[in-house]
Amino acid sequence: MSKKRIIKVDALARVEGEGALYLRVKDNKIKDLKFRIYEPPRFFEALLQGRIYSDAPDITARICGICPMAYIMGASHAMEDSLGVQVTGALRDLRRLAYCGEWIESHVLHVFLLHAPDFLGYQDSIQLSKDHPEVVKKALNLKKIGNKIIEVIGGRAIHPVNLAVGGFHGAPKKKEVKGLAEGLKWGIETSRELALLVGSFTFPDYTYDYTSVSMRHADEYAITEGNIISSRGLDIPISEFENHFDEEHVAHSNALHGVMGDGSKPYLTGPIARYNNNFNQLSPLAKETAKAAGLEKTVNNPFKSIVVRMVETLYAFEEALRLVEAYETLEAAHIEITPKAGRGTGCTEAPRGICYHRYELDEEGRIETARIMPPTSQNQKQIERDLWGVVEGHLHLPDEDLKWVCEQAIRNYDPCISCATHFLKLTVDRD
Amino acid sequence: MAKNRKPKLAVWKFSSCDGCQLSLLDCEDELLAVADSVEIAYFLEASRAEIAGPYDISLVEGSITTPHEIERIKKVRAQSRALISIGACATVGGIQALKNYRNVDDLIMTVYAHPEYIDTLTTSTAIADHVTVDFELRGCPINKEQLLELINATLNARKPNVSQHSQCIECKLAGTVCVMVSQGKPCLGPITQAGCGNVCPRCDRGCYGCFGPKETPNPAALSTRMKELGLSDREVKHFYRLFNTGAPAFHDEGNAHE
Repeated sequence: MSKKRIIKVDALARVEGEGALYLRVKDNKIKDLKFRIYEPPRFFEALLQGRIYSDAPDITARICGICPMAYIMGASHAMEDSLGVQVTGALRDLRRLAYCGEWIESHVLHVFLLHAPDFLGYQDSIQLSKDHPEVVKKALNLKKIGNKIIEVIGGRAIHPVNLAVGGFHGAPKKKEVKGLAEGLKWGIETSRELALLVGSFTFPDYTYDYTSVSMRHADEYAITEGNIISSRGLDIPISEFENHFDEEHVAHSNALHGVMGDGSKPYLTGPIARYNNNFNQLSPLAKETAKAAGLEKTVNNPFKSIVVRMVETLYAFEEALRLVEAYETLEAAHIEITPKAGRGTGCTEAPRGICYHRYELDEEGRIETARIMPPTSQNQKQIERDLWGVVEGHLHLPDEDLKWVCEQAIRNYDPCISCATHFLKLTVDRD
Repeated sequence: MAKNRKPKLAVWKFSSCDGCQLSLLDCEDELLAVADSVEIAYFLEASRAEIAGPYDISLVEGSITTPHEIERIKKVRAQSRALISIGACATVGGIQALKNYRNVDDLIMTVYAHPEYIDTLTTSTAIADHVTVDFELRGCPINKEQLLELINATLNARKPNVSQHSQCIECKLAGTVCVMVSQGKPCLGPITQAGCGNVCPRCDRGCYGCFGPKETPNPAALSTRMKELGLSDREVKHFYRLFNTGAPAFHDEGNAHE
């Protein structure tokens, strides 16, 4: 048998968008490994130039159909920062509720429709559903409840229409918001059950000492607001993000790679980073479920991200129920805004990690410059680093199995390639 | 199609946000039934299994923005009995068709440090601009009930029941109070095709045109009204230049306010 191996995944499945992996191995050593995003560029930052500030949430939502809320909210916060307004109180709580809906629908979609088949040896969730119909039906119903939250608050599940700079176009009806409560109670119970189920999966053996980067808020498990912190002691306001983080443009990818300020180090953002940084702020039930599902307070095996996602899903159901029970009809749906020149930044915890926006506005409130750093491009360098480690640990596998574990490792990140291209094919070359 | 064989469904992605193909996965109550009635032969977002063509139904999401995509859509067409484009990107070029009004080199320089790594066309265009399309399903994103109706109709060789009338009709049918008449809010509803479930007016917001022009629209008359409501030419232009800016009726009216 030749010692040269080339493994290629030309079009990675069960991810959002288009990506590829190329791996070349000689004498059982990795010679080349590239995780490539070939999603065509769509130039959002440039297309925003000249548009009025209030267009940014609706336009940037179209970066990603899975996590539009992250773009709507990040853009809105950045505009509010620039225009000198603060959305507080009931409006802020309603935004957090809508965001819980996105965490639920996005996490459950990824865990059961995209990632769980890897752990159980199925090609897809349809095959999984033939053997485990009750699990898939429960998951679909959890996802549906997440979408229902977004529909009630945002008017539509994909590309919601009711969120705006300054708050909401219209006040959600109290009866409809309160109507979510029953489903959310079922969701808390069922997401705990499914968290324990995914906790019983077998996880490939690989760990990494991650630099976890997430938001942190003084009073709550951060979703929509907070400082940006790292597990190595960084703690900065959002406005200083670009002083510490940057993107590099590499030849093999249409997505920009996120790097720490010194230009070389990868970092991790997303569920594991949030969990590692903010574990103490989870609810008692979420903490207890994490423990029962086999998680330590710090997770360093990326394959366990699937369990963290379910713990966060449980937490999002609890938060959503709390916010629904507290909801009273809004006195005003939004804060009135007067356009003016300025510069503003915004960052929220998208399901896949921190999503940063920065805009500069002219005196009429029109966008002069825009910069968006989605979580998948920030994670891309860390994904490549993980792949090196996972491949080194699994070189004994035949090509087809090696390819599958690589795909599974990439899916640990729930990569949203549509977002990152502003991400995968696997090619393995064994020399 | 042979009676003993399930029809083969393929889902293809071009330049897009994935939201329209996600609509299929968002059919939580119907997904397993759909998977029972068709063979999901190619759907990368959902499965790593790939079954070779030809395919009975190809759903195509996204617009054509790179030279490679032009070649790929021709291959998809050659393998597809019915090719259905889904969503604003696939039917008119999508939000990224805003680049059609700009110098593409400027766009690349704005976003990327190494323009030489980027291979892109100067335009974002509809699937039908490149190959014959059997049906176009509108929306940004598409409506999942319309998608299910379309798949059902195609499997049963009948015409899909997808209305081409305006959002205004949809508002009246739903009993939604007109936001333009009652609150003076600018609204694209009079010239925009129904189908979204009049989501914006129900949130006290004017329609922003996700479903593109209705049959025989009169955008000039609407622009006159919008100017009476106090919009500048630039604001009127930007109203048309969104997700369906590539649709001739919206494109031309946007240009009229240049």
